Amino acid sequence: MPRNTDIKKVLVIGSGPIVIGQAAEFDYAGTQACRSLKEEGIEVVLVNSNPATIMTDKNIADKVYIEPLTNEVVEKIIVKEHPDSILPTLGGQAGLNIAMALEEKGFLKEHNVKLIGTSSQTIKKAEDRQEFKDTMEKIGEPIAPSEVVTSVKEGLKFVEKIGYPVVLRPAYTLGGSGGGIADNEEAFCEILENGLRLSRVGQVLVERCIAGWKEVEYEVMRDANGTCITVCNMENLDPVGVHTGDSIVVAPSQTLGDKEYQMLRTSALNIITELNITGGCNVQFALHPESFEYCVIEVNPRVSRSSALASKATGYPIAKVTAKIALGYDLDEIPNAITGKTYASFEPTIDYCVVKIPRLPFDKFIKAKRTLTTQMKATGEVMSICTNFEGALMKAIRSLEQHVDSLQYPEFQVFSDEELEEELYRVDDRRIFAVAEAIRRGTTLEHIHEITKIDIWFLDKIAILVETEKELSEKPLDYELLLKAKRLEFPDEVIGRIVHKSVEEIKALREEYGIHAAFKMVDTCAAEFEATTPYYYSCYDSENEVSDKKTRKRIMVLGSGPIRIGQGIEFDYCSVHSVWAFKDMGYETIIVNNNPETVSTDFDIADKLYFEPLTAEDVEAIVKLEKPDGAVVQFGGQTAIKLTEALLKMGVRILGTSAENVDAAEDRELFDEILEECCIPRPKGTTVFTCEEALEAAQELGYPVLIRPSYVLGGAGMQIAISDKDIIEFMDVITQHKQEHPILIDKYLMGKEVEVDAVCDGENILIPGIMEHVERAGIHSGDSISVYPAQSISEKSQRVIVDYTRKLAKSLHVIGLINIQFIVYQEEVYVIEVNPRSSRTVPYISKVTGIPIVDLASKVIVGAKIEDLGYEPGLQKPSEYIAIKMPVFSFEKLRGAEISLGPEMKSTGECLGVSKNFNAALYKAFLGSGIDLPKHKKMILTVKDSDKLDAVDIGRRFQALGYKIYSTRSTCKVLNENGVDAEPINKIEQSSPTLLDLILQHDIDLVIDTPNQGIDKSRDGFLIRRHAIETGVTCLTSLDTAAALLTSLESGTKELKVIDIATI
Amino acid sequence: MKTYLILEDGHVFTGESIGAVKEVISEIVFNTSMTGYLEVLTDPSYAGQAVVMTYPLIGNYGICHEDMENKKVWHSAFIVREISRRASNFRSEDSIDNFLKEHDIPGIQGIDTRALTKILREKGTMNGMITTDENYNLDEVLPKIKEYKVTGVVKAVSIKEKEVHESELEGTPKKVALLDIGTKRNIIRCLTKRGCEVTVYPADTTAEEILSDKPDGIMLSNGPGDPKECTEVIAEVKKLYDSNVPIFAICLGHQIMALANGADTEKMKYGHRGANHPVKNTETGKVYISSQNHGYVVKEDSLPKGIAKPLFYNVNDKTCEGVRYLDKNVFTVQFHPEACGGPQDSEFLFDEFMKMMEVDA
Repeated sequence: MPRNTDIKKVLVIGSGPIVIGQAAEFDYAGTQACRSLKEEGIEVVLVNSNPATIMTDKNIADKVYIEPLTNEVVEKIIVKEHPDSILPTLGGQAGLNIAMALEEKGFLKEHNVKLIGTSSQTIKKAEDRQEFKDTMEKIGEPIAPSEVVTSVKEGLKFVEKIGYPVVLRPAYTLGGSGGGIADNEEAFCEILENGLRLSRVGQVLVERCIAGWKEVEYEVMRDANGTCITVCNMENLDPVGVHTGDSIVVAPSQTLGDKEYQMLRTSALNIITELNITGGCNVQFALHPESFEYCVIEVNPRVSRSSALASKATGYPIAKVTAKIALGYDLDEIPNAITGKTYASFEPTIDYCVVKIPRLPFDKFIKAKRTLTTQMKATGEVMSICTNFEGALMKAIRSLEQHVDSLQYPEFQVFSDEELEEELYRVDDRRIFAVAEAIRRGTTLEHIHEITKIDIWFLDKIAILVETEKELSEKPLDYELLLKAKRLEFPDEVIGRIVHKSVEEIKALREEYGIHAAFKMVDTCAAEFEATTPYYYSCYDSENEVSDKKTRKRIMVLGSGPIRIGQGIEFDYCSVHSVWAFKDMGYETIIVNNNPETVSTDFDIADKLYFEPLTAEDVEAIVKLEKPDGAVVQFGGQTAIKLTEALLKMGVRILGTSAENVDAAEDRELFDEILEECCIPRPKGTTVFTCEEALEAAQELGYPVLIRPSYVLGGAGMQIAISDKDIIEFMDVITQHKQEHPILIDKYLMGKEVEVDAVCDGENILIPGIMEHVERAGIHSGDSISVYPAQSISEKSQRVIVDYTRKLAKSLHVIGLINIQFIVYQEEVYVIEVNPRSSRTVPYISKVTGIPIVDLASKVIVGAKIEDLGYEPGLQKPSEYIAIKMPVFSFEKLRGAEISLGPEMKSTGECLGVSKNFNAALYKAFLGSGIDLPKHKKMILTVKDSDKLDAVDIGRRFQALGYKIYSTRSTCKVLNENGVDAEPINKIEQSSPTLLDLILQHDIDLVIDTPNQGIDKSRDGFLIRRHAIETGVTCLTSLDTAAALLTSLESGTKELKVIDIATI
Repeated sequence: MKTYLILEDGHVFTGESIGAVKEVISEIVFNTSMTGYLEVLTDPSYAGQAVVMTYPLIGNYGICHEDMENKKVWHSAFIVREISRRASNFRSEDSIDNFLKEHDIPGIQGIDTRALTKILREKGTMNGMITTDENYNLDEVLPKIKEYKVTGVVKAVSIKEKEVHESELEGTPKKVALLDIGTKRNIIRCLTKRGCEVTVYPADTTAEEILSDKPDGIMLSNGPGDPKECTEVIAEVKKLYDSNVPIFAICLGHQIMALANGADTEKMKYGHRGANHPVKNTETGKVYISSQNHGYVVKEDSLPKGIAKPLFYNVNDKTCEGVRYLDKNVFTVQFHPEACGGPQDSEFLFDEFMKMMEVDA
């Protein structure tokens, strides 16, 4: 069918802040969909609370609302904008839920808004457990049988029907406690009895156990005409039991024969046909490894993380095609942009192997439980492409940037055989390294398979890598052996380490033998048709097929790799915008990145896309071919900055701020010199290498002190130490990884934190605005509530800030972006950190000020002057809007993670509250982050000693709002003495009722618990915070945040005037 | 052992020997399926050809003999990037390397199959030689390679004696006559599981003999080579067409039926071989993903007006993928509704054939 011309104005709902399980993939999907809609001349209205996204740019949508994603807000936007349609399947679960809620309550019908794409009945059929079960039964598609039971008798009756093993999951218990897998009646009765007791509602779900089966996914598309195709199938290396988002995934499936492949493909198509899906859909299967038995695990009737992966793995733009289908087109009417010769109804076929590895946040949450379960924990992922599986795995491992560059994992090398075997039983992010180490020690693949259930085919591939390590260490490094190692993607550094040669020697040897990386094209069709898509990957067993023909000046933009805490989607925003800016100026652009969830890795963003690891060696291979006229590192976060030195060595010009000046900002001594020259004060501090030096320095500075490694992101490893004991413990943690640079120790000042992003052209600076943090210094800027424009900084201090910024930018010879963090302490301005690169706040400030910071910075980098670009240098006039950035956390997903805030960043995403009125902006920001109070007006307040007096004011204000306050004895005493009503409550280890019981009653609105600083955090506080998080209670760990919340509550404002920021 | 693939245009690829060690000259074609290598290897339509698999990792799930589409391998040679050293699948009985050796099929691995595919795509299907002789002399071998022609293959692959396959269902079976011009086993299976008793006839069987067995329907199978070479079969098929017995034809059978009715066929530049080709039904507008393997195609504009009309076309290159014969219970498709390997989306065409026989009875 041709396009439905009744559709003229479409509302697209985004997915909100980045949280674990709902990340950058929806920015990618949403952006692609919006562009696809606009291409058809449709007016696009966008709503998303996440300001770091590309989809919320005014050149992506016509109307942009950065507003909390609630039903009420979306209703207001509909009333204001009168869209005729909503496209609900591109904004993840968040967007889908809102669209469904508005449909169900009749709001959409009342306002003549249609859901386009997949219908609401279909969505319900796929998402409602019972309806889904009924639908699958109707068409004879098997699902794992399950039943909710309330007694042992009932349970036994059910298990008789389905047989052992079964999984038991008690309803409403913390983090799935009380559940388990039972192989026989005895174990079953024991677990069930216990589970029934623990479950608040006395219910346990009994389910046929399919753990250990193969997990296989199909990404499928269907149009309104009923044409179905498979875009891609994927096989998880980790068998069923690990969330697919946390699994190592391979595309296409490797261990399925055509019979299994087609059986599941047919099943997937039957399912989407029965569900009447129109658009992209994801079907997950569990396949018995020793029979044709399978069951459907889940159907996602929308674009998902897996579809982002499938799109990048094949080159087939699922989100774009989904949007076109929603407009009425059929698959055979939508041209394949890659070949131009085929249509979207052609199933992609690939001639390479793709591996995805999740990026898990256990480097940030050392205490969190590493075990991987059905609850996703990864914050991001990397993808790699190679002509063989081993190579793809090796490339993906080094793309993770986790101090591991091969299957060699030093930590396991010192394990005893018994310890190592135990490690094999542990299903966590390090299992693949444990498997490699076990193979290295001669454990049979069969034995490893028995324990891990990982298919022998994958184990054998790991064995090939391990054998190659051995060969390298034993045999002379001749042409054949070196080629073999390179074909399997051993980096020069690893080869060098094994054969005791330097990287340079290995490189020279490769030159001598003529072993070079070749680049191949991703073309959706395995070369059957000519394609011109500039989407490439490297390998070592092939001819190069990429032309190096150059007609224009060429700029290489280095991306930011996997999304992790501290380096999120904002750097993809910056990378993409810089590519656009350079393209605008007539340059040919090349982007290098390895993150399948991002916009930057879409094949139509840069002129050429290299889907490659961001290491010096991988980038050098591209440089050799492309000979870029310059490279830009300042937009890709620390990942790109880290490559500066290597790029210089390759002879690539770094555009913008020079490498020496980047160094000067990071090198403590150089930086101190510059500050001194400029007469800019900073908190006293020094650099150390050893623990002894650290202790000495700390004593000299006086506690509390800040301690951190240099060259880090997101405050990694940064801690506040209050005693020698802390110093010893922190130094121990920091020095676990080899430190090439010294460790910094600074006096810790408890002042107001202020942040500035500026563009500098070498002479002049442009400051879009000054941001002020709500939380005092000591909490990472990424975790702080940030207010633009600054509300409580005196004009005098603001002038000083602008002056310091100008001086610093000039002394560091910044060309492009600089981010500076200040502390204002007793009306004195101190500099605490300078980053001569783009920062987390750039997208948000760009949007609220309407100043395209990255675009300006990119133009400045290639020689433009701020004044020529039509801007007056200096601090820009504040916007009439106040924008408050609220951090969003994913603590509930990470069992055992410490939630209290400190200098190390912990948030996964952010949302924005925008209004002309401060209180309204604050309300929106809290609402957007999911805090909507009051509900029951009961709270727990328990604080550390140094906060006790401040707590009185907080308590008094909550009391005035009608809150009933519970406190532990010491806090309670202080509150009562100061005239605040508070009821004492026992600590956890004391007799019932305790704090814990109170939390479990589910009528507490809020827990405010400020932990002691330093490592010595009480077990008690930790448990309180964890329980609060896991029962969904808002938990604040800073009194400053609490005060901000109070301000919002006291103002009583619930104003939700929606603002189209495209007009700013 | 070092092995060389020499193309008729002088390109030489150096790899490693797999399967049997012997020198062969054949036509080189590529297949883009990601699974189903055993089905491809045992598809008689490839007789006289060496197949390049574009998917680089082959042999991952080993060999399961029940998946063979013919008891023999008709390929001249097998060309892959990498043979899996370990096969893993619960049904696997053998490794692909052993299998090739057993069937005396030579092969080569470790070459850039994508580069080879691009040559075939750009220059069209061509001949090549696989040899382990490192002292090959291009001047000597190239003329020999160029000279090679796929010929006489239908007769070679067809069964020699008539055989009967019983229906898998209870009740009176439909009697289907299957003219074996290179049939895949799954065509037989698709019929027997629908309640047909299938009699398979050698390619040189006369129409009279087939019709004398009073079939309820006739099936023309897939097969190898240039359809125009099969002049005798074409003549017999014309008689079958005139008999008014319902006919369903696949692939080579589809081409022969077209030729029997005066249409023309031509060799394609590099053909369609894969499991991902979209075909559109001209009557319903529906699109199906199909398994394909053909190097020749029926010229759509040559279809006799008033007698036949296009039933399916390829969404990508718009070539003819199926024909309905008007006023006759006859339809033919270029693609493979029997799948194996490849998608099962168009298997319902066998149901249509069943209906045709039903109506006719």
